[in-house]
Amino acid sequence: MTRPLVAVLDYGIGNLRSAQKSLERVGADARLTADPGLIAEAAAVVLPGVGAFGPVVSAIREAGLGDIAIEAAASDRPFLGICVGMQAMYEGSEESPGVAGLGILPGIIKLLPDTVKRPQMQWNKLVVAPDARQSPLFATMPDGGNDAWVYFVHSYAAVPDEFTIATCEYGGPAVAAVQSGMTFATQFHPEKSSDNGLAILKNFVDLAASTGAASAASNPTGSATSGAPDES
Amino acid sequence: MKVARVIPCLDVDEGRVVKGVNFVDLVDAGDPVELAARYDQQGADELVFLDITASSGNRDTIVELARRTAEEVFIPFTIGGGIRSVEDARRLLRAGADKTSVMTSAVERPALVTEMAQEFGSQCVVVAIDARRSTDADAPASGFEVFTRGGRNRTGIDAVAWAQEAERLGAGEILLTSMDRDGTRDGFDIELTSAVCDTVGIPVIASGGVGSLDHLVEGVTKGHADAVLAASIFHFGEHTVGDAKAVMADAGILVRPSS
Repeated sequence: MTRPLVAVLDYGIGNLRSAQKSLERVGADARLTADPGLIAEAAAVVLPGVGAFGPVVSAIREAGLGDIAIEAAASDRPFLGICVGMQAMYEGSEESPGVAGLGILPGIIKLLPDTVKRPQMQWNKLVVAPDARQSPLFATMPDGGNDAWVYFVHSYAAVPDEFTIATCEYGGPAVAAVQSGMTFATQFHPEKSSDNGLAILKNFVDLAASTGAASAASNPTGSATSGAPDES
Repeated sequence: MKVARVIPCLDVDEGRVVKGVNFVDLVDAGDPVELAARYDQQGADELVFLDITASSGNRDTIVELARRTAEEVFIPFTIGGGIRSVEDARRLLRAGADKTSVMTSAVERPALVTEMAQEFGSQCVVVAIDARRSTDADAPASGFEVFTRGGRNRTGIDAVAWAQEAERLGAGEILLTSMDRDGTRDGFDIELTSAVCDTVGIPVIASGGVGSLDHLVEGVTKGHADAVLAASIFHFGEHTVGDAKAVMADAGILVRPSS
């Protein structure tokens, strides 16, 4: 079967290799890249990130990947932001006042409450609302991902809104995952969440394979997924 | 909610696991990556690799270890030992390590902690502290003194104050080892552990002295540690990480259950 090309946006910061290797493990042809041509060809795009909001957003923009990420998320291709990569998708963060985020998702990232240790650096259980358990990210998991343990490292988090598909309990509900159409983001690290994380990434890669095959069928010039349609 | 982590620690020399790992059915008991995968299967929450390679000039074997681990094991792992510069840390993080741990180099040049935190984020920076009780007249106020260079070199620095300073400098986590207890199997130094855990705001991993699963429980309930690290009780096959989690859960500690 075809391995869908997944572009892992490389802006020279942090540990991107784990994200790449975990995506390869679950069937992707994952490339660390900042090449606009390759990213345009990809069936799906991943925006990882560790560190602080301001430096991460600056690094994304300096690598010329800001508009590319915004366009990729606006397309019908699956897009996944991870950890600070997720946070960078919002309009801003209390961590770096005055720094504009990519604005792919609405709202401002907030500091976790002072009633809990910051950062949250631990495994925690996903709380997936019943109507979100059919999300492509979770659908194959027992109970649609509800109660699945995943690994978090963060001091800031998004505020629950209509895009929230999972939270975790940490001094109140902290947003763990969001979805807007084909755009997904996780505050936790699926690439560091053992079998549960690999299941989530496999769902994402399978989605890339199926949507990529569909768009290749309707668009003969789509080179990334040329060949036999793949319904993995 | 606070979920306690259980962290096996592997000592690595020239890329090979040392200190008599004794699982019965390993293909290669000296291969850190195979052991790491085994601990992942058992439900380990994270792993720590401590590089004890004597020849400090050659960093390539430990970087290669990070590369291979990142390809096979999808839980967080920390690499410590011999990291002296931002560049040393960068190579390990780029290879796939999630965190890097500094000890002697941080004591000798505390600005290194800040430089690493600014470059990679605090979550990548673990400050490891080896502490010993001291009853000397010039003992530090807390009664616990920082030692470096594998416990050979006393610094006169107060271990509790240094933990606070490390947090201020930008450390994201403290790996706290009691040199008095290390290797004794008598349990954590609870007084040391709680003294540090109760005065810093960042997570603390307790280390040194674990000889039974009850010791892991004490580290959390009495020492107030966020994570507990052990080596020999897991390596010799006496207990699995799953056994540890079961005993901790029975004691009322919230842990991620082993699947």
